[in-house]
Amino acid sequence: MAQAAETAGAKRRTRTAKEAPMTRDQLLQAYRDMLQIRRFEEKAGQLYGMGLIGGFCHLYIGQEAVVVGMQACLEPGDQVITSYRDHGHMLATGMEARGVMAELTGRAGGYSRGKGGSMHMFSREKGFYGGHGIVGAQVSLGAGLAFSNWYRESRNVSLTYFGEGASNQGQVYESFNLAALMKLPVIFIIENNKYGMGTSVERASASRDLSKNGAPWGIPGEQVDGMSVMAVKEAGERAVAHCRAGNGPYLLEMKTYRYRGHSMSDPAKYRTREEVQKMREQSDPIETARKMLLEQGATEADLKKIDDEVKAIVQEAADFAQSSPEPDEKELWTDILIEEAR
Amino acid sequence: MGVQILMPALSPTMTEGKLAKWLKQEGDAVKSGDVIAEIETDKATMEVEAVDEGTLTKILVAEGTEGVSVNSPIAELDGGGGAASKGAAPGADTAMPQHPAPPAAASPAVGEVAKQAEDYGTVAQRGTDRKEGAAKMGEAAAAPEKDWGPTKPMTVREALRDAMAVEMRADDKVFLMGEEVAQYQGAYKISQGLLDEFGPRRVIDTPITEHGFTGMAVGAAMTGLKPIVEYMTFNFSMQAIDQIINSAAKTLYMSGGQLGCPIVFRGANGAAARVAAQHSQCYASWYAHVPGLKVVAPWSSADAKGLLRAAIRDPNPVIVLENEILYGHTFDCPTAEDFIVPIGKAKTERAGRDVTIVAYSIAVTWALAAADELAKQGIEAEVINLRSIRPLDSETIAASVKRTNRLVTVEEGWPYANIGTEVAMQVIEAAFDWLDAPPVRVCGKDVPMPYAANLEKLALPTTAEIVDAVKRVTYK
Ligand SMILES: Cc1ncc(C[n+]2csc(CCOP(=O)(O)OP(=O)(O)O)c2C)c(N)n1
Ligand SMILES: [Mg+2]
Repeated sequence: MAQAAETAGAKRRTRTAKEAPMTRDQLLQAYRDMLQIRRFEEKAGQLYGMGLIGGFCHLYIGQEAVVVGMQACLEPGDQVITSYRDHGHMLATGMEARGVMAELTGRAGGYSRGKGGSMHMFSREKGFYGGHGIVGAQVSLGAGLAFSNWYRESRNVSLTYFGEGASNQGQVYESFNLAALMKLPVIFIIENNKYGMGTSVERASASRDLSKNGAPWGIPGEQVDGMSVMAVKEAGERAVAHCRAGNGPYLLEMKTYRYRGHSMSDPAKYRTREEVQKMREQSDPIETARKMLLEQGATEADLKKIDDEVKAIVQEAADFAQSSPEPDEKELWTDILIEEAR
Repeated sequence: MGVQILMPALSPTMTEGKLAKWLKQEGDAVKSGDVIAEIETDKATMEVEAVDEGTLTKILVAEGTEGVSVNSPIAELDGGGGAASKGAAPGADTAMPQHPAPPAAASPAVGEVAKQAEDYGTVAQRGTDRKEGAAKMGEAAAAPEKDWGPTKPMTVREALRDAMAVEMRADDKVFLMGEEVAQYQGAYKISQGLLDEFGPRRVIDTPITEHGFTGMAVGAAMTGLKPIVEYMTFNFSMQAIDQIINSAAKTLYMSGGQLGCPIVFRGANGAAARVAAQHSQCYASWYAHVPGLKVVAPWSSADAKGLLRAAIRDPNPVIVLENEILYGHTFDCPTAEDFIVPIGKAKTERAGRDVTIVAYSIAVTWALAAADELAKQGIEAEVINLRSIRPLDSETIAASVKRTNRLVTVEEGWPYANIGTEVAMQVIEAAFDWLDAPPVRVCGKDVPMPYAANLEKLALPTTAEIVDAVKRVTYK
């Protein structure tokens, strides 16, 4: 813990106030990545409205800075795991928009060949371990990914994301204890978007500072402005350094916000329109990054080019997601057990 | 011409809605995320947000218009100055271009029963989005076996709510607890109005912490309180199954009869629509395995009201397996004050001499549809609605099989060690000599529930499969 604080302090000292934790190029990349998630989610919302996506569809709009900032701290081999609100995480790990979108439409070209849907996608290649529908379950699994890193003596860390609502599940605390006990390289990331479905964090959790929820086990924690990709990156670096140095788990509470309903058709009557509008207008992560880039000398034309590129990727993904065929009916019976070669 | 804004669907099964209000007028500038209009379904109002920038050039559907079909143009946007404006340019998509709908979207109805893809927060409005052959369902519900007098049509959702309300009025020991049951009025709107009537002492919102609140409720029940624990869906009861089985079901026995556990665990069980493997499982067989538990699975509104009342009054732990798709369905339900359905009694929903079809929950709907189909072919099927899974009404089943000499079971659960297996075994034990053919089980396929529309349809039993099964046992 002391070491982490030192590292962080040292880093802070070497930077002047103006010097951000991201270079302009990095910020430009982050802007692009966040924008791609936003456009992707908007498109998914549309396809849902057209009846092309079924079941649940939980959009990540508003929370983009969290995954993009954290991903910027990772090395190859690091793992990411999260809940059902997973589209942003997948795109951030570099999974292709078309494969994700085609999974949303339940087509053969999707990451799970249409069998998993919005909540259940995986990519071993990109270190993305899902996509989990049971609130809280991914937290223990994330500790398991970290266990594997420890066991194999790799430097890798596991980014284990969950909502503030999920943070009340018992297995979260069991995982905290295990991870601290075994000094597992896991970063527990609470995406506190203020609501778990219709229940505000105040009504669900007696803890007023979720970043301290790991304190009994000595897990260092920080509250982070999750609407700022810079702030996320900066805290993320500290957390990752702590884990890679073998100091055990770290907890980041990302203060963030979802603009849309819990899932596609939540009328969201538990909060006011003004609350949402205020967040959008004053703290939008993409708008903030955009302004910063313009201040740093990027031109409107540069940004417009990015916008167009992103839109093209998303449109291509949407087209693919509609033209890819439904899975073959034989797929119903595959992937239940691994058949040993005879 | 500008880009068209189309009437959005609020759910995959919504076909039309009312354009309640325009919040932007012609000539107004529109930014992404602005609410431009409000759309109404019977129970809820939803806001329509703009996706792209532009100026609203034309409103095509006046506010107040009812029955606006999904995907029909409601307004035009000039597309603003962004890339979006160039008509065919990538991302010019506020308009939701009318791609030909693929097969998946074109036929949201699954099998005989049009399935509602209901969502956690939206069931109430979705349940009424569609014109869902309520009359047809009502017809299927034969009069209750005991004559309870007058009936009135009500949804399964209302029946469940009424059952809880009546029992809560009668007994202060009864309380409801679960996620979103109070302020949100229930994720599936089952507890609508209960917070208003009974207050926060008795209608309790919990955090997402199933293991914890289940343990708490079981502890309270051990002192004689009568908790009703709602799981948003039974899939999440897996977080709590240790408390249900090791604490609730076994304590009476372990305490030599001292410590009973008068508790109800209820919620949606089984597949909804397109919610994939972790949200689409039937737990009938899991809970029915356990001595110390009772398990019921209502089909109609009368089942729902009568069985839930019986469950609340029962001094034992009772699992009430509801079905999300049935929540919005309407059936006739007795209005008598004291109406109740005893646990352990099956109901013959349709009489027939050629084959006994045993089903529970939504499978009763499928079985009745198959029976209609079979009747056209001259085969008269008797359809038994189990209602109670444990204890099982083996007498009613055996008596029927002794008349028809053939048995087909229908359920959406997996085949291995399912309820049909138990029913068939009990029939073999009680009426082997009367059987003219080996019993046949029609059930969900032995695979986790796939997400893809075509595969999900294949994974669930169909009327055709039931008809086939009946033909097999009748050698037709
Ligand atoms: C064990 C379990 N209980 C309940 C649910 C239903 N459910 C799905 S999402 C959700 C809210 C979760 O809120 P939070 O953890 O804050 O995540 P967010 O949706 O805000 O990203 C609930 C109650 C579930 N999927 N799993
Ligand atoms: Mg949340």
